[in-house]
Amino acid sequence: MIADAWDWVARVVEWGVTNWSHPGDPERGLLPRLTEHMRLAYLSILIGLAVALPVGLACARWKPLYPPVLTGVNVLYAVPSIALFFLMLPYTGFSDWTAIVPLSLYTLVILLPNVVDGLRQVPDHVRQSAVAMGFGPLRRLVRVETPVAVPVIIAGLRVASVATISMVSVASLVGLGGLGQVILSDGFRRQFDAPIVVGIVLTVALAFVTDALLVLAQRLLTPWARR
Amino acid sequence: MDILTGLVAWFADPAQWTGGSGIPARMGEHVYYSLLGLLLSAVVAVPLGLFTGHTGVGGFLTTSVANFARALPTIGVLFLIVLAAGIGLVPVVCALVALAVPPILVNTHEGVRGVEPSLRDAAIGMGMRGHQVLLRLELPVATPLILMGMRTAAVQVVATATIAAYVGVGGLGRYIVDGQARQDLTMMLGGAVLVVLLAVVTTLLFAGLRRLAR
Repeated sequence: MIADAWDWVARVVEWGVTNWSHPGDPERGLLPRLTEHMRLAYLSILIGLAVALPVGLACARWKPLYPPVLTGVNVLYAVPSIALFFLMLPYTGFSDWTAIVPLSLYTLVILLPNVVDGLRQVPDHVRQSAVAMGFGPLRRLVRVETPVAVPVIIAGLRVASVATISMVSVASLVGLGGLGQVILSDGFRRQFDAPIVVGIVLTVALAFVTDALLVLAQRLLTPWARR
Repeated sequence: MDILTGLVAWFADPAQWTGGSGIPARMGEHVYYSLLGLLLSAVVAVPLGLFTGHTGVGGFLTTSVANFARALPTIGVLFLIVLAAGIGLVPVVCALVALAVPPILVNTHEGVRGVEPSLRDAAIGMGMRGHQVLLRLELPVATPLILMGMRTAAVQVVATATIAAYVGVGGLGRYIVDGQARQDLTMMLGGAVLVVLLAVVTTLLFAGLRRLAR
């Protein structure tokens, strides 16, 4: 029993090592799929963040704006990414955007409430101290309010990045999807378990490394919290 | 525009609304898989979350495992179980449960943990036993958060039940799979629109439930 399990693990690892990359063909192997996975996931997260920050800022500043925007975002949240991949096909075809647009929307949906709550929870006395020190609205935003909101924003980013990285695989159903391609084409279509396991393990590993990087980023960005 | 008129024609076709591959039948299958997956997940996750939240035993382990499970690519889990157990309802429901347990579990745990200590002290001071504190204080206070976890899980389950069609079971995903196989874009889009509608209805249902629970 244990020997069988060991054999199986050894077989899976061997498949992963032999198929890591093909020197003759840079398009084949696990490494190009992994980099594709990272490209799709990181671009989606960055675009989602780039949209969530200004929209969140606007919502935190002009309060009546927030309820309608939040409702809109919640409706978006109900739209499944799988369905969106297919709905994007007629417009973006088999380009990266078919995966990136739905995934960045998803990141935006998770992040926006965190950005708004993070900015709103800046204590009044902190804001007033900044005013008393002669900070204008812009400098206050950049130097005081945004840094105070960083932990909440990064908490949202951590949730969004894990979700996005595991969801990129679903895009394999429309012919993209990085490691999802390994799972679907090499594994499932050939009724072969090793690529499926390798695909799952690499996806989870990527999610963990990304999560660790975000925790590190939080420590670097909020040095005052470390004591 | 062409895509839209094609889609309207697809929905308007009366043949679409009858028989085993009609929209009502496919919708029924989809709802059935989703409900089964969600209910099983709730049966596993809510008591476990209540236990870890109430006692604090294994709380860190639970949330860590749940976070780990959230990183699992669902199609990988599904295809792996299909290879091991064969095609059918079992792998689909297993994959859906793997997807739905983490958000429900984490929210239940956090909901119970988040009960104000002063409230808990008051309940104990009133002479409540452990299980009474759990059922009459912690569960009601945690309900909104539990429902939010269920909503997150439900929307993901409805979306992911689509891939049931890839392992030979029915549901709305059939339109997407068959549409892909026949290069019939309208059929694929029709399936995707139906999944979106079902997900929106699910969200609204949970919004209503939350209002009731208040």
